[in-house]
Amino acid sequence: MIRKATVLAVAALSLGLLVAACQPAEPVIQEVRVVETQEVQVNVPVEFVMESARLDAVRDRGQLVCGVNTSVPGFGFVDANGLNVGFDPDVCRALAAAIFGDPAAVEFRPLTAAERFTALQTNEIDVLSRNTTWTMSRDVELGTDFGPTTFYDGQGMLVPKAKGFTSLDDMGGAAICVLAGTTTEANLADAFNTRGLEYEALVLDTGDATAAAYDEGRCDGLTSDKSQLAGLRTTMTTPDDHVILPETMSKEPLGPVWAHGDQQWGDMVRWVVWSLIVAEEKGITQANVADIAASDPKDPETRRLLGIEGEFGALLGLEPDFVIDVITAVGNYGEIYERHLGPAGTNIPREGTLNALWTDGGLIYAPPWR
Amino acid sequence: MARSPSRSFEPFWRDVRVLRVAGQIAFTLAALAVAAWLVSNLNQALEARGLDLSFSFLRRTAGFAITQGPGMVRTDPYWKAFLVGLANSLSVILAGLVLTTLIGLLAGIALLSPNWLLRNAARTYVEVIRNTPLLVQLFFIYFGVVLTMPSLQDRLELGPVILSQRGVWLPRPVPQDGYPIWLASVAVGLALGVWAYTRRERRRRLTGEETRPFLSALALIVGLPLLGWIVLPEPPLSFETAVLDGLRMVGGLRMTPEFFALLLGLVLYTGAFIADIVRAGILAVAHGQREAARSLGLSEGNVLRLVVLPQSMRVVIPPLTNQYLNLAKNSSLAFGIGYLDLYAVSQIIFNQSGQAVQVIALLMATYLALSLLISVVMNWFNRRMAIPGR
Repeated sequence: MIRKATVLAVAALSLGLLVAACQPAEPVIQEVRVVETQEVQVNVPVEFVMESARLDAVRDRGQLVCGVNTSVPGFGFVDANGLNVGFDPDVCRALAAAIFGDPAAVEFRPLTAAERFTALQTNEIDVLSRNTTWTMSRDVELGTDFGPTTFYDGQGMLVPKAKGFTSLDDMGGAAICVLAGTTTEANLADAFNTRGLEYEALVLDTGDATAAAYDEGRCDGLTSDKSQLAGLRTTMTTPDDHVILPETMSKEPLGPVWAHGDQQWGDMVRWVVWSLIVAEEKGITQANVADIAASDPKDPETRRLLGIEGEFGALLGLEPDFVIDVITAVGNYGEIYERHLGPAGTNIPREGTLNALWTDGGLIYAPPWR
Repeated sequence: MARSPSRSFEPFWRDVRVLRVAGQIAFTLAALAVAAWLVSNLNQALEARGLDLSFSFLRRTAGFAITQGPGMVRTDPYWKAFLVGLANSLSVILAGLVLTTLIGLLAGIALLSPNWLLRNAARTYVEVIRNTPLLVQLFFIYFGVVLTMPSLQDRLELGPVILSQRGVWLPRPVPQDGYPIWLASVAVGLALGVWAYTRRERRRRLTGEETRPFLSALALIVGLPLLGWIVLPEPPLSFETAVLDGLRMVGGLRMTPEFFALLLGLVLYTGAFIADIVRAGILAVAHGQREAARSLGLSEGNVLRLVVLPQSMRVVIPPLTNQYLNLAKNSSLAFGIGYLDLYAVSQIIFNQSGQAVQVIALLMATYLALSLLISVVMNWFNRRMAIPGR
């Protein structure tokens, strides 16, 4: 009898655990948002702090869950020590620093190109920072919101020097390696169709496999975003035997993505990313941020950015001086770029490109901090 | 057995008949409740994000192209991509089922061979293949074997067959002027062959005379077309071999490296399991049957063909069905090596359209239908092979 009772108890307990485990991790965000927005519009004064259900959930959890890539050097890679390094993981660290004051309070979730949107839709991750192209259908149809573009990319073609291609027009009948389920795959069809050229696509499901098949000679060309090609080129047996063709086949604005519905969460992510850009504009770096904050700076926007003036942190539900934590943790936009994509990293030139600061003729621009 | 007088006084909750029914009802209710909860959870999540579950997206333009198998262009709708994936899956599954049966049968017989080398070679094949994961084997075959073959420029030409890392090319038969006449001679040869076989076989059964029905049928089926080929002024078929044109080969029949690697992987893997099933089937036939057949003076080959294998079928077919189903389902590993089968195409559709739930539902329904089809055919075959009265 006792054994039977034990079995029953265990069964009941495990069923309960199962049910608990299957419960959605976050509350239903949509409803919360509607209520809050109405309150703000109707009867709340200017200084009201809008609350984000997700921000609360992240605080309770003590960690930000961030979807990243693990196979593109420069943008998202796992280094020899098992650490997630790259441009995109650093955006996650910046967010963690803003929320917790601790850039290490991030759980990185490696995602394939195919899994990433489902992970957002099912609330498995709080934010996706995984070289994801902002397109209309993704923005409108998938239940996702796109943040400020952190990198302006374009699709290119990596080819072996020995084949002697000088442009896409030479590639009629070529076999092209491409990663499945990406905008890249669709752009490839567009580019060859426009030129009236035939091609054979070899479609693989991971970046590693795609690069390996190209390196083995299965394809005459490997197509992907140019920034990724620069990284992938370094992983080839002899990198110098390969060259990226001059053509750019598409616009690929990359940036952080989150689930549609919690606008306050979206505002928080957006302004943390913009704080990196404003900091670069103002010359605030990882090394001098503490000194500048302590020296009572004159520039009004710097004062607002660092929380010396105004309540800008509180508006986002963050500490007043969260930008100091962010810059201390990861540096400004330019420093993140240098660290991963500069000459020390995958060496993607910044000067004169769309990714230069707007003051240098690029597109990296943030709205005023006021 | 004595009747229990207290039966009518037992409370209903101790009545085994009530308990049985109640247990079943409780289980059904629990299962329904779990299902309903899962569905409502899904609906809530979808509603919260403004997603709907309609299949109308299948009619939208796909925007990507598929260049494998029947292929599709970027302006085709999603459903066409799905069909291309299905066609690619079916071709590798059908070819795989035929080849793996052959490999499995041969290896299974070899496992019991008196020849030491043959027996141990077969045993090594079965143990190595059966005890390593299929995906690892596929990666090895694709990246380690197929892709390390020479490039298109340095392709191997073995007579009419061309081997390279870009694929395997066989000559393609092209009909010429005399082709319809020759085709007629093939048809006549086939019809005469079948007629001769049944006639001679009947005579052999009735009289016991050795009429060699198979040989005479073969002579007709091969002989007449051969005669037609020689008599016609020019050969009815010419063979076109592939030639290099710029970056690719033109002409000939091409097997892509991805198809080749997947087929080889599936055939070898499933064949190893079938070999052991065949071995067990043969051992399940009573030894006396074999001895009786030998004592009638049948050759070793005939003992196997006429006495042992037909009887072992009864033991072999049910587990064989399982292996056939495994092959069909394992074909979904194709994506790992770049073969665009049903699963791979579905992944692409799901990712390009974002309609995860519908695509996965469609995918599962298709695989289910495919598996049930294989089961139905194999069960029919099983009933046919059953020995009446046993």
